[in-house]
Amino acid sequence: MDYAASTPVDDEVLKDMIPFFQKNYGNASSIHFFGREASNAIENARTQVSNLLGCTPEEIVFTSGGTESDNLAIKGVAYVNKSKRGGKGYNIITCGIEHPAVLETCKHLEKQGFNVKFMPVDKYGFINLTELEESISKDTFLVTIMFANNEIGTIEPMEDIGKITKKHGVLLHTDAVQAVGKVQIDVNKLNIDLLSLSGHKIYGPKGVGALYIRKGVKLEPLAHGGGHEKGLRSSTMNTPGIVGLGKACELGKKRFDKDTAHMKNLRDILIKNVLKIEESFLNGHPEKRLVNNAHFRFFAIEGESLSLMLDDKGIAAATGSACSSKKLQASHVLLGIGLKPEDAHGSIRLSVGRLSKKEEVEYVSEVLPEIVKKLRNMSPLWNR
Amino acid sequence: MTDMYTEKVLDHFRNPRNMGEIKNPDGFGKVGNPTCGDVMAVYIKVKDNKIIDIKFKTFGCTAAIATSSVLTELVKGKTIDEALKLTRDDVANELGGLPAVKMHCSNLAADALREAIKDYRHKQKK
Repeated sequence: MDYAASTPVDDEVLKDMIPFFQKNYGNASSIHFFGREASNAIENARTQVSNLLGCTPEEIVFTSGGTESDNLAIKGVAYVNKSKRGGKGYNIITCGIEHPAVLETCKHLEKQGFNVKFMPVDKYGFINLTELEESISKDTFLVTIMFANNEIGTIEPMEDIGKITKKHGVLLHTDAVQAVGKVQIDVNKLNIDLLSLSGHKIYGPKGVGALYIRKGVKLEPLAHGGGHEKGLRSSTMNTPGIVGLGKACELGKKRFDKDTAHMKNLRDILIKNVLKIEESFLNGHPEKRLVNNAHFRFFAIEGESLSLMLDDKGIAAATGSACSSKKLQASHVLLGIGLKPEDAHGSIRLSVGRLSKKEEVEYVSEVLPEIVKKLRNMSPLWNR
Repeated sequence: MTDMYTEKVLDHFRNPRNMGEIKNPDGFGKVGNPTCGDVMAVYIKVKDNKIIDIKFKTFGCTAAIATSSVLTELVKGKTIDEALKLTRDDVANELGGLPAVKMHCSNLAADALREAIKDYRHKQKK
């Protein structure tokens, strides 16, 4: 029940990847037959990725994953716009509940003199569009807002955000790692200029991702070297990974309707059943959320204990509890939507995927109330 | 996740000893703070300066529950003075160690016991 953390590589994806480990191991930069074979496969994958996003293949750059794509997009644009540092207005506008790949990159740039606005969000996790528009000034060159939140699943109003950035001539980047394959994305319709995606969240391999860069948008590369990917990302091409990502995108497009209907059905059963537990709540928005995401909080119990007890029953869940994080702080997303720390500690994320079965969701619905009861019996905060 | 905890921690977490409350305890102590994710309550019964019964209730992570549970085993039957000598490290050692990050935030059981003993002594003076 943790498909939002990662997904298994699809059989068809793996089948396409395997030849590129041994038989067709060529370096895509080589001019000879082996190289051309790899290069052709990569260009095919580029087309597969672009078809999913509604852009041209030339607008796709392959990376090592979502984090690198976010770094390349944000730092790449920032370094091109260095001259705008030092003004009164914000250079970059983002929000407080972004993935660390975006948040930490923005904080890093802040240290280098860029003026960054971290917008607060409301109780569902939505940014305020009026505040966004009012924060844009002549110094602003980038807005980076996640497409959908990785913890609570809230889908941001990307179409409205895109209208605002377009109106003011500001670039729009979005971390769509969680949204790809679950939300229809057309980068042109939504006025998105840069978009990050990751292979392993969409039944592709780990260690590969992509960044969509609208034609004409200038970035400074982070990795210098042999000039791969039009000089934007030097490094020998990860042919098997890229082939896998391409196939995963093709399947994601082909199976979109079936996948999303399946996940939504299971998620809704789960939410309906779990909310029967007293003093349990759904975090995030009831409708404008990812079709695979359910995020709950339970009064008077702690998330790590809850997920370990679920683990004992063979159920994998993610927790927003500080105790499970390296930083020993409650999730910035849950605190960001206004939860008290003790409520943030008592939250878990359950996410379904393409391979989830109805029986699995029913099993969770059966086991979870018992575990909550057991932990509440132990809790000095539960008095009834 | 489980590999960060010893088998003994997991055993106490799954089968907590002496969990619950004591009605009219001779001493009661509560430490922690829901904000940081841990609250421990300890109840003791004392006879002839010995802890004859002890129960706990804990809101917290795996380590918080396991340390509470093992503490009750360690001090049951001990004299007040013996119990007071017990440190956080003793509790952690009895469990075969705790992950480093848990040593401070979730290892509050010895503190809760000390509060309960303080409460007991305070009541005795009355």
